[in-house]
Amino acid sequence: MTVTPTTKAGRHLGRATRRRAAEAVVRTLVYAAGLLSIVILAAIAIFLFVEARKAINEVGLGTMLTATSWFPTGTPKIFGFLPLIAGSLSVTAVALVVFVPIGIGSAIFISEFSAGWFKEAMKSVIEFMAAVPSVVYGFLGVAVLIPWVKATFNLTSGMTALTGGLVLGIMSLPTVISISEDALHAVPDALRQGSLALGNTRWQTVYKVVVPSASSGIFAGVMLGLGRAIGETMAVLMLTGNAAIIPTSVLESVRTMTGTIAAEMGEVVFGGLHYSVLFAVGLVLFGITFAINLAADLVLERQRKRWRR
Amino acid sequence: MTAPMSNRTGRARRARVVEGVMKVVTGACVAMVIGAALFVLGKIIVAGLPGISLEFLFSKPGMGMRAGGIFPVIMGTLMLVTLTGVLVLPLGVMAGIYLSEYAPKNLMTRIVRLSIANMAGVPSIVYGLFGLAVFVLLMQIGKSLLASALTLTCLTLPVIITTTEEALRQIPADLRQAALALGATRWRAISKVVLPAAAPGIVTGSILGLSRAAGETAPILVTGAAFFLPKLPDSVTSQYMSLPYHLYVLATQVPNVPPEITWGTAFVLVVGVSIVSMFAAAWRSAQRKKVKW
Repeated sequence: MTVTPTTKAGRHLGRATRRRAAEAVVRTLVYAAGLLSIVILAAIAIFLFVEARKAINEVGLGTMLTATSWFPTGTPKIFGFLPLIAGSLSVTAVALVVFVPIGIGSAIFISEFSAGWFKEAMKSVIEFMAAVPSVVYGFLGVAVLIPWVKATFNLTSGMTALTGGLVLGIMSLPTVISISEDALHAVPDALRQGSLALGNTRWQTVYKVVVPSASSGIFAGVMLGLGRAIGETMAVLMLTGNAAIIPTSVLESVRTMTGTIAAEMGEVVFGGLHYSVLFAVGLVLFGITFAINLAADLVLERQRKRWRR
Repeated sequence: MTAPMSNRTGRARRARVVEGVMKVVTGACVAMVIGAALFVLGKIIVAGLPGISLEFLFSKPGMGMRAGGIFPVIMGTLMLVTLTGVLVLPLGVMAGIYLSEYAPKNLMTRIVRLSIANMAGVPSIVYGLFGLAVFVLLMQIGKSLLASALTLTCLTLPVIITTTEEALRQIPADLRQAALALGATRWRAISKVVLPAAAPGIVTGSILGLSRAAGETAPILVTGAAFFLPKLPDSVTSQYMSLPYHLYVLATQVPNVPPEITWGTAFVLVVGVSIVSMFAAAWRSAQRKKVKW
């Protein structure tokens, strides 16, 4: 008679202990998973550096960053990143001219001048544009934009920095619009109502009150769009013609950092010098995008704190 | 008396004109965005649909990819995305649980959040380099489905983490406290109450993330996608064909491909990726409206 309750209690105790043990195991696993992102990010930086070490030792970081030509397979081999960096910058500059005005203008219209149903509809449109793979944008560029650029500017080839930049600009729009719109949306309505009550028109409210209040978020959106444009690979590989020459105008063919890695990695000897140099290009690319993203993230975090109520 | 009055009304009128002009200007920006989206969708449908047939979807490429279908290409992408999902979901969901349920408010958590945000901005080709150096060469997996899936796992991880955390944060604290008050341990409260409630959000967000992964080309270019393979991959260490890489090959590497084959491939890729993600997004927002806490 007295045995039953003790075993019951014992079983109960056992279950509680087991659950507490499970809790400890899960907690460890969950914490480990939480730290995974730091580990991966650090591993990316470390392995890029490890694989680039041969290039840094044999060619030298200074030479790579200042030499003005890129002849990876010629004799002598010359590994100068300047044409590639100039290529990336020229394409990104064109993209910037496209996505800054159109992106911010659209975000203002969506957030300030349109009804709720329109905002929802635009979310789907932007979702769609962000979901289309970059290789598809590249293909559409090949099919439509290259012939157009060639005919419009009377060129021998339509593969130019302009062609790649225009497509990159369109591809960056979803990022810029959604982050800028979020920033505008986060501005408290009291500010708008105060401005309207003082007799300002809607537009005066927008450019005197709302946009200045959201400026850091909009800036972050532009930065993230910029990071996306610099890091984009397939579209520029397919559209810019990939000539490794420092361009003098946007109507010339350029070779970007990303395009160089994608185009040449298939042909190198693994572990060789050229392989290592491509990792050095990756390291430079990683450094640039890391700085841009970090700046944007810090700005966004500050903005989030500002309007938290 | 009349001069300042007319001056003021003049200024008000000017302000109203400027407002009208700016509405048109910003509206034109939106119109351009919608135009670009419609152009992409319309062009792909109009040029791609004629090439779609059962034979195209279910037969192998032939004549140096200038004829036949894209069956192994579709299967390769499905296998790659499935394997990526199997690898990334447990990791991403656990990391999301950490951020939403366990993470203390301290510097470490801030660094974790910053690195997640930063991971999302690392160029995809850099993930490719990382995958090549670590998974293909260092771990000696070789160019394969597995190496590519591991690479895409790193690339997709931030999306899965963010989406899980967001979904968990939507669940009110009452539910957690009720479970804890009934004597549940923290993990039982999470696994039996919070996770099931957040599941729709996590699932749709993950579908969104994985459909983006399906369209990635640069990372798989260097970690295992094959130019052409006569048969389907028979293990995770085989190479594979994939839709985005196949489209790149057809568009730039093989001369004289009949346009309906290239456009058909683009059609399958865009419809597969974007329609799935649009439905997932629509379902998620409907779900959010339906459940009121």
